[in-house]
Amino acid sequence: MDNRQNRFDMPSDTDVAWCPGCGNHMLLKAVKGALDELGIDPGSLVMVSGIGQAAKAPQYMKVNMFNGLHGRALPAAFGIRLSNRELVVVVESGDGDMYGEGGNHFLHAIRRNFDVTLIVHDNMVYGLTKGQASPTTQRCMKTPVQVGGVILEPFNPLAVAIALDAPFVARAYAGDVKQTISLIKKAISFKGFALVDVFQPCVVFNKLNTWQWFKENTYSIAADHDPTDRMAAIKLATATGKFPLGMLYRNDNRALYEDLAGIGEKPLHQQQAPDEKDFRAMLDSIPMNNH
Amino acid sequence: MRPYPDDISLVIEGAAGQGVQTITAALLPILNNSGYNVFSCMEYMSRIRGGRNSTEIRITGKIRRAFTAHIDVLFALSPHAFEHLQNRIDEKTLIFAEKEQFGNGWNERCIDTPIAKFAIQAGGPVYSNTVAAGAVLGILGIPLEPLNIFLREQFAIKGDEAVENNIKAATLGYDFGLLTPPALKSKIPLPSTNDGESHLLMDGNTALGIGAIAAGCNFICSYPMSPGTGLLSFLAERSGTFGIVVDQAEDEIAAINAGLGASYAGARAVVTTSGGGFDLMQEGMSLAGMIETPIVVHIGQRPGPATGLPTRTEQGDLDLALHAGHGDFARAIFAPGTLEETIATMQQAFDLAQRFQIPVIVLTDQYLLDAVSTIDVLDIKRLPVASTIVRTDEKYKRYAFTDDGLSPRGVPGYGDGLVRVDSDEHDEQGLITESFDMRSRMMEKRLKRLQPLAEEAFPPTVIGRHDGAEIMIVCWGSTRGVLEEALDILDSKRLAGIHFSQVYPLNPSILAMLRNRRIIVIENNARGQFADLLTHETGLGISRRILKATGEPFSVEEVVDALQEEAHG
Repeated sequence: MDNRQNRFDMPSDTDVAWCPGCGNHMLLKAVKGALDELGIDPGSLVMVSGIGQAAKAPQYMKVNMFNGLHGRALPAAFGIRLSNRELVVVVESGDGDMYGEGGNHFLHAIRRNFDVTLIVHDNMVYGLTKGQASPTTQRCMKTPVQVGGVILEPFNPLAVAIALDAPFVARAYAGDVKQTISLIKKAISFKGFALVDVFQPCVVFNKLNTWQWFKENTYSIAADHDPTDRMAAIKLATATGKFPLGMLYRNDNRALYEDLAGIGEKPLHQQQAPDEKDFRAMLDSIPMNNH
Repeated sequence: MRPYPDDISLVIEGAAGQGVQTITAALLPILNNSGYNVFSCMEYMSRIRGGRNSTEIRITGKIRRAFTAHIDVLFALSPHAFEHLQNRIDEKTLIFAEKEQFGNGWNERCIDTPIAKFAIQAGGPVYSNTVAAGAVLGILGIPLEPLNIFLREQFAIKGDEAVENNIKAATLGYDFGLLTPPALKSKIPLPSTNDGESHLLMDGNTALGIGAIAAGCNFICSYPMSPGTGLLSFLAERSGTFGIVVDQAEDEIAAINAGLGASYAGARAVVTTSGGGFDLMQEGMSLAGMIETPIVVHIGQRPGPATGLPTRTEQGDLDLALHAGHGDFARAIFAPGTLEETIATMQQAFDLAQRFQIPVIVLTDQYLLDAVSTIDVLDIKRLPVASTIVRTDEKYKRYAFTDDGLSPRGVPGYGDGLVRVDSDEHDEQGLITESFDMRSRMMEKRLKRLQPLAEEAFPPTVIGRHDGAEIMIVCWGSTRGVLEEALDILDSKRLAGIHFSQVYPLNPSILAMLRNRRIIVIENNARGQFADLLTHETGLGISRRILKATGEPFSVEEVVDALQEEAHG
């Protein structure tokens, strides 16, 4: 992708808090590229994030933004979607924010299947708190807290998401901007919960999973993989060895929460207070009284 | 002690699953429609079946809104009644029970009532509660027909046989009740002079829900927790009519964060919980303060710490509500004591939250939420629902500095501007900043609303005559009814009551009301949290605290006893 301005660019003097060489820069480019190519109006888009370096991403885009609390991006995104179906809602989050602090919300957002795109910056480490293990840190990696090396198996977000029948599950690698843009575009266009877990290095705190490591330990999913085949998708997600990149799983048959819950088209901020007739009728129907 | 000889307190005791609530639901409307003043409250164990629960129904000459300990007429359905309620029974209590299961407390005021036998005659043990409901009407000499109408409506869905069996059970009970020896019968008060037509019967939960709907609430996301769940159910049931989005969250953290997301997008949002759930919501309070986003939080208090007594009552979460959330930010806290106040404070909570862009808490408790009393329809008033949302233009800044610290609030997708909110310290656009200058200007902006919030605070209500009273008895929230009745009974010019339906911030006018008087605070908790707050806010000393933290509400008798000496010097 080229460096020409797109509609989501912030002024060029915007101070960006990320380290030079951080995978976040590439992913930011990819997200803005995808949004621009989709022709989305910045005013109708809300970017929601939690806390962490990844969660700062919406600061660097010209969009509506809800930069909430650590781990809580999905509940906030859910509230926003239910209040206004016209809004396109995209969550950006890190692996610690989403799979650690926000783990319960991750599970239940998938169960609900409201229309949201979840982009997780997965660098397998805690950056902002300076290098502790995240839920996706590889076993045996030494950190200032896990001094003898991480003893737990990493959390597998893709397998969990597919097990819960998340209707869109993909993995990208920030080093491959073209594929990342393509997956994010598909995810945003998808009506329902769409997860794009994006591998990226933390150049300061993760000396194990470097740009080079990701190149050597990932592969593109074969063209003959059928993403509607859930068992095949689970197999890909749980296979040991190299990590698959691309579209793992897709289910176009899951109903949208907004439809199941009967959420109306009219945004709640345009709703009038109940009129006196409806209000009095409600009083007349209070239980324990003669009607 | 019998406060008023004409008042009756009728208590129906039974295990969970025996239908005590159905009896109450049948009897209260019948009594209300017959023109009697009624008040009812209940206590129950945290279990689905069995145990020992009871409901008190008071039939009173004057309108009363308080629990009395003394039982005039007891209807015992379970074998545990005497053991459970013996402290509330004396030689004047008329007891209807099955002698075989009642146990040691049997005396000449007990009437052996063949509830089980009648129920089986009517069709099975399941009709015991209907036998009891019929018997109660018989004892009180109130016609049976309205109960039959209720039973026909209530059980129509279960078929003709169920209806007929219920009516048979009610009739057997009624005929038995009629035969109660006149010497033993309690004298039922005369119907009140109001025609009963305009008086609605409801519990605190219903009042809370009415207040929310009146306020234009259109979003609730909550996690069930007693006793806070009633509001969630009330709004869910009416969500279709009023376009309310209702979601049951995976936890309380999700609930308040979803509420704030919704509010950011323009919804009028509420969350409901109890103290334990609110513990989890504290981060959301702090977030609301930082992003200046309105949210109303209802806390139905129950005794803590931790799981405490899940189905009992206490006013122990005031300190939590006052201090919840890290950092300094503005908030308001309401604590209604009557149905009217519940409806009014809920509306005021939404209004303040929207206008001041802050979190607002409404503190109730199990006792207030479950207690049933009457309200004149004309006393249900609606505040105008003003929209505070502006259409944004291209230059819009969510946190633009203004004289009063309140920036016009835009929502995403409405206008040409972008709406950016950030839990980090931020600049006028809502973008992250670490500028110390910006930080201090933003803190000042957010706290500027404290002063107008205090000036707008609901002034407290005086109970009795303030002029000349040497001693002010202060109460807040659900203790209003019991203090009103106690002061009425004590009838002393030395005492006046003062009730706060808003507990934070306090209206500056209270200083003049309390200064140079002896102050006694009565509250349903262990240490006197409001007494501490009052001293903190006014510098006034509290000479005595009347406290109770057993899990039960204060009874009228207890408060009268506690104030007896003060009343008469």
